[in-house]
Amino acid sequence: MFRSFNGLCALLFVFFADGMTNKARATETREDRVLILATTTSSQDSGLLDLLLPHFQEKTGYLVKTIAVGSGQALAIGRRGDADVLLVHAPDEEKMFIANGHGVERRSFMYNYFVLAGVFEDPAGVSKAKSMPEAFRRIADSKTLFLSRGDESGTHIMEQRLWHRAGVRPSGRWYQQSGQGMGPTLIIASEKQAYVLTDRSTYLRLKKRIGLKVLLDEDSELLNIYSLIRVNPQKSSRINVAGGKAFFDFMLSRETMKRIETFGVEKFGEPLFGLIKQ
Amino acid sequence: MDLIWQGFVEASRLLVTGDAQVLTIVGLSLRVSLTATLASLILGVPTGIALGLSRFRGRRFIVSLVNVGMGLPPVVVGLMVAIMLWRSGPFGFLGIMYSPLAIIIAQTFIAFPIVTALTLATIQQLNPKIRLQILALGASKWQMFWILVGEAKLAILAATIAGFGAVISEVGASMMVGGNILGQTRVLTTATVMETGKGNFEVALALSTILFALAYSVTLALTLIQQRERPL
Amino acid sequence: MKPAAMRLEDIEVRHADKTILRVPHLSVEKGEVLTLIGPNGAGKSTLLQVLGLLQTPSRGNVYFGGERVTGSSDLVALRRRLALIFQEPLLFRGTVLENVTLGLRLRKVPQNEIRERAELWLAKLNIAHLAKRSVAKLSVGEAQRVNLARSMVLNPEVFLLDEPFASLDPPAHDSMVEELQNILGETKTTVIFATHNRTEAQSFGDRLAVMIDGQIVQIAPPGRVFSHPANRDVANFLGLGTIAGGRVLNSTNGTSNVAIAGHQITVDGKYRPGEELLLYISPEDITVLLPESSSNLTAETNVIGGTVSTVTPIETQFKIIVDCGFAVTVVLSKRSFLDLSLAKGKKVLLALEPGAVHIIPNRHGQKS
Repeated sequence: MFRSFNGLCALLFVFFADGMTNKARATETREDRVLILATTTSSQDSGLLDLLLPHFQEKTGYLVKTIAVGSGQALAIGRRGDADVLLVHAPDEEKMFIANGHGVERRSFMYNYFVLAGVFEDPAGVSKAKSMPEAFRRIADSKTLFLSRGDESGTHIMEQRLWHRAGVRPSGRWYQQSGQGMGPTLIIASEKQAYVLTDRSTYLRLKKRIGLKVLLDEDSELLNIYSLIRVNPQKSSRINVAGGKAFFDFMLSRETMKRIETFGVEKFGEPLFGLIKQ
Repeated sequence: MDLIWQGFVEASRLLVTGDAQVLTIVGLSLRVSLTATLASLILGVPTGIALGLSRFRGRRFIVSLVNVGMGLPPVVVGLMVAIMLWRSGPFGFLGIMYSPLAIIIAQTFIAFPIVTALTLATIQQLNPKIRLQILALGASKWQMFWILVGEAKLAILAATIAGFGAVISEVGASMMVGGNILGQTRVLTTATVMETGKGNFEVALALSTILFALAYSVTLALTLIQQRERPL
Repeated sequence: MKPAAMRLEDIEVRHADKTILRVPHLSVEKGEVLTLIGPNGAGKSTLLQVLGLLQTPSRGNVYFGGERVTGSSDLVALRRRLALIFQEPLLFRGTVLENVTLGLRLRKVPQNEIRERAELWLAKLNIAHLAKRSVAKLSVGEAQRVNLARSMVLNPEVFLLDEPFASLDPPAHDSMVEELQNILGETKTTVIFATHNRTEAQSFGDRLAVMIDGQIVQIAPPGRVFSHPANRDVANFLGLGTIAGGRVLNSTNGTSNVAIAGHQITVDGKYRPGEELLLYISPEDITVLLPESSSNLTAETNVIGGTVSTVTPIETQFKIIVDCGFAVTVVLSKRSFLDLSLAKGKKVLLALEPGAVHIIPNRHGQKS
C-alpha cells in the first residue's frame, strides 16, 4: 500500500474519515451531560481529582472535562462562562468573583498549608525566623535567590501578602518569577537552589526529585483554602446548572469527605489535605 | 544521561505491555495530527495551485501572508482558535472547545500555510505555457487540477512531511484548545509537558521517545514514497 | 458551399491598453495548410491561441465549422476537436506512452481503442521503441515527436502548431518538417502552422500569412508573397530581395522605364515621368549570365551588369550579392553557381525575368 502516491492518498483518507467520525464520539455525550471544571494545576497534579472524578462520573453519568490552569486563568475562564464549576484556592479573588456576580455559590471545603522551602544549607537562616514575614525579610536582606510563581495564583497572592507584611517590596536580581504552576516552579527552584513558597501537597509529591527542604511551616496564618464555585448561569445558556449542583453535592458528601481525609496517607505517610467542616 | 536510557527503557515497557493510558494518548495523537495534515492538504493544495497560476493585483501580498503563515507560532494559532471557539466566541454555539476536533482545527491552521506555500512555489516553477497545453489537450478544469497535482507530486509529498512534522510536535495549540484532558484531548506533547511539570522525568522521556519514534516512522514512510516518485 | 474549417471575423485582442492582435477577417478552408510567419511579437501565438479557443478575443467572433463559438459555454468539448502544440514539448511526468495517451484518457476513449491509436501514432513518428521510457530521459527531438504524437493521436479537425521545430538543430529540424508534411498529406487535416523560418514558410503551406505588429499584412500562396511582398515591412522581413529606389524616365504602352543607379529597368504599369518608385527585385527570379553569353537575350529582358561582391551558401542554395551600382541579391541553386564558376570579383550579367521586379506600394498601399 505504501508503494505509491495513490496508496498514500487512500490511507490518509481512511484516517481522515476515522478522525471525523471520532469527533462524533467525543461530542456524542449530549451537551447537558458534560460538565466543564476549571481548576488549578496543583489541584490536578495532587491526584485528588483523579481519585474522585471517576466516582462522580459513575454515580451521576456526567462526563467531567477538567481544565487545569493557573488560578487566575481558571477564574478568567469562569468570568467568560466557559466553565460550569471552579475548584480554586485564591480566597480574596474568589470573594470578589462572587461579589461581582460571576459566581452564584461558593463553598470552601478543604485546605492545606503553605510552607517555605529551600536548600538544606539555608543561607538566609529562615529556619530561625519566628514568623513567615520575618523569614521573608531575612531573604530580602540577604538578597538570597527567591523564586515566585508570579502568575496571580492563590500561592502567588499569599506570597505577595507576606512580602507586604514583611514591609518589603521584592525586586532585584534575587527575586525571580517563573510564571508557571507549582510543580514546574518547584523544579526550577530546586535547580537554581532558590527559596520558594509552596503548598505542602505539591512539595510532598515532588520531594524525591528536588533538593529542597521545608524550612518553615505550620503557621496558622498560612492556610491554603480550596473552594468550589458555581459559575453564574446567566453568563451563558450553555452553563450546565444541574451538573454544577450535582458536582457540589458530590464533593460535599460524606463519602467524598472521607476519601479526601485519607488521601495521601499511603503514599506520603500523611494526608495531603485537611477538611473544612461544613 | 542515564535518565535518557531509562526513558527509552520505560518507553519500551509502556508500549510492550500495552499500557492503556499511553496507547490512548498515542492513538489520539496520530488520529488528530494525521487528520489535520490531510485536511490541510485538501485545503492547501488547491489554494497553492490557484495562487501559483493566477495573476491579479495584490497577489504578491497574499503570497507574503502565506509565507508568513508558515512561521506562525502554534500557541498563537491556538489562542486565535480558542477565542473563536469558546462559549463567548462567535463559534461557541458549536460546543467544540476542549475536544479533539478543536485540536484538529487548530492544527489544520498550522499546517495549511506550509502546504500552500510549498505547492505554490512548485507550480510557479512550471512553464507558464503548461496551463495552456493542458487546456489544449481538452482537459476540463477538474482534469487540469489533477494533472497539475501529478506534476507537483514531489512538492506535495514534501509539504505533507513538513505539515505533519509541524503538527505532531506542537504543544501550544493542543494545550490551548484541547485542555490536556485525560482520555479525550491528552496528546503526546501535552502529556510530556505535564509529566515534566510534575517531575516525572522518566515518564516524560518515555513519552518523548515514543513521540520521536512515531514522528520518525510516519516521516520515513512518506520519504520512501517521495523518493520512489523521483524521475530516475 | 461547405463552411470554412475556421473563420475569424472582426477579431481584436487587447492587453491593458494595447491592441496586440487585429484580424478583420480570416478564413481557413478544410484541409488547407496555412503558414503564419512574422517576427517575434507579431501576434502569431496570440492568433493561434484565439483559433485554438484558448484565449477569448476582446472583440469579434470565432466560427468553427460554421458555428459561432466565441464565449461558448462548452469550450472543453470544442477544444477536444482541436489540437495545439508549442515549441516546448511540455511533456508530463511519466512515460512516453502515458503522455501520448493522455488526451485520449481525458476524452474517456475506451481502453482498447486507446491502445490501438497510440500504437499507430508511435509507429508513424518512429518512437514506438520509446513507449515505456520516462520522459526525463528523452532528447529534445524525441520529446517533440512525443508531443506531436500526443496531439495527432487525437485526430483533431484542426491542428495548430506554434513554431514546433524552432528549438531543434537544423538536420533534426529539416527531417521533422518533411515527416510532418508527409503525415499531413496523408491525413488531410486542416493545419495552421506558425514559424519564423523562411524556408519552411516557402515550402510548407498552401497559403502564407505574413504578420507584423498584430495584423495580417499579406496572405497568399507562398510563391506570390515572396515574389510580390505587399509592402516594405514584409519585404524587409522576408529579407532576401533587393529593395531599391528609382526614378521614372518615361512611360509607353503600359510599361515604364525606371532609372536606377545608371541602369534602365522596365516595369509593368504606367507611371508619371519624374516619379520616385520603390522597387523590389525578387532574388530567385534572376538569371545569372556570363558576359560572353549575352547573345541569348531577347529585347524585353531587363539586363544589368555588375560584379559579384559576396557569396554566402544557404542550405542547398547560394546567395550572392552583385554590385551593379546598387546591391542586388540573387539566390541561385548550387548547381548553377558551380556551372558558372562564380566567385567574388567575377563580372556577371543579371537578366531580370518578367516577374522579378515589383513595385512596393507606400505605407498606404498605393502604388505611388
